[in-house]
Amino acid sequence: MDWFLIFVFTLTAVGLVGGGLLVSRLVAPHNPGGKKNQPYECGEETVGHNWVHFNVGYYLIALLFLVFEVEAAFLFPWAVIFREVGWVGLIEVGIFVGVLVMALVYAWKKGILEWV
Amino acid sequence: MSAAIVLLTLAERAAASLEVGIWGTAAWLAVAIVAAIGSMSLLGMALVLIERKVAARFQSRLGPMRVGPHGLFQTVADSIKLLIKEDIIPEQADRILFFLAPTFSLIATLLALVIVPVSPTLHLVDLNIGVVFFAAVSGFGVLGILLGGWSSNNKWSLLGAMRAGAQFISYELSLTLCLIVAVLFAGSLQLSEVVASQADGWWIWRGHVVTIVAFVVFIIASTAELNRPPFDLPEAESELTGGFHTEFSGLRFAFFFLAEFINMFVASALAATLFLGGWMPFQVGGWDTFNSVMAIIPGPIWFAGKVAVIIFISMWVRWTFPRLRVDQLMRLEWKFLLPIGIANVLIAAVIILSGLYFFPVGN
Repeated sequence: MDWFLIFVFTLTAVGLVGGGLLVSRLVAPHNPGGKKNQPYECGEETVGHNWVHFNVGYYLIALLFLVFEVEAAFLFPWAVIFREVGWVGLIEVGIFVGVLVMALVYAWKKGILEWV
Repeated sequence: MSAAIVLLTLAERAAASLEVGIWGTAAWLAVAIVAAIGSMSLLGMALVLIERKVAARFQSRLGPMRVGPHGLFQTVADSIKLLIKEDIIPEQADRILFFLAPTFSLIATLLALVIVPVSPTLHLVDLNIGVVFFAAVSGFGVLGILLGGWSSNNKWSLLGAMRAGAQFISYELSLTLCLIVAVLFAGSLQLSEVVASQADGWWIWRGHVVTIVAFVVFIIASTAELNRPPFDLPEAESELTGGFHTEFSGLRFAFFFLAEFINMFVASALAATLFLGGWMPFQVGGWDTFNSVMAIIPGPIWFAGKVAVIIFISMWVRWTFPRLRVDQLMRLEWKFLLPIGIANVLIAAVIILSGLYFFPVGN
């Protein structure tokens, strides 16, 4: 039932956003061409394409993010039932988080967290 | 105010008719949802105006004054202007992604609205995994920004989008850890139960320092996720012209901004729900007269007041601090907020297991 509501809500949101774009299409002028369609780079002529290699630092950050986001995904179920599992559960989660924190310490020592 | 009452009635009609059957009530639902989204779009526009007015006051100016009394209709005029502006697509752009990016951004934002609990009745969907749903849907927003920056085929846009991606995924970690702290205290992922668990006192008072730290980190992380100053590196206008939205014009530009301001509301509403007790009034254990006076004020007003305070604080922060550098931004998250967040979760668990709350706990 809840998910049906969310489904209806999604459809309505898509409809409203699409409707807005349609109205804009109907009332706004449409007159492409010339310098207007060049990428804006502060008046300079664009040199080449921009779909190029970028800093590898982003990739490393994304890897670290993956580690801790998956950790969070495992912590949510524990957070709901942890009153039942008590101290034993807390110690187990402590060990689990501790292993991941070691990964963070390793990355820290390796200098991945230094942004250059 | 009258809009809120109409919305409340519609939501109640929809809720009542749900008992009868699913398909017969689709019309009511659609009306209620259109009303909800419409009022949220209005809210986004109102927030833009409030932001400008607050900014003006912080800088000893008046802000917009010309359109309507005290510039009340300024954003309405701006929206109409953006609607009838030409929609320019750069020659080199990836047209499909360029079309999808702002659309995606706004739809994801509107979806997050679905779980905001304004009062026991005024609550579109009370998901049993509301907190996880928020974490999941709020993550979509950055996809719109990344797509927008990539598809524009503009150097500023690409730089802005890559920064936005790195910033978002970094601060997402702290945000999630703060959500977990709130879930630990409330013992449920359902937002209505999280609010109900705060009937004796809001978590920000009852969790010793842990919840205060979680609340502050939540505000910092959500400010960073919304690309608001002092974390507005993805659109840093003095170095990247407009960042990821440099090439967007007309309504698509408006979509990005509407999404940003509605997101601000959603994040503030979540902070109010998880840590400040949502629609619960301010109560102090033992002060019965005081409590009964506080309980007279209806829930939606408490909720709106808390959200307004948080939004005002985030505007205050915006006009107080200078923009961070990229390396400072990354250092703040990975070397400061993330270790604090992890320690905070474990300390919260210890506090709860040893029963060290302030105020007597109900169950």
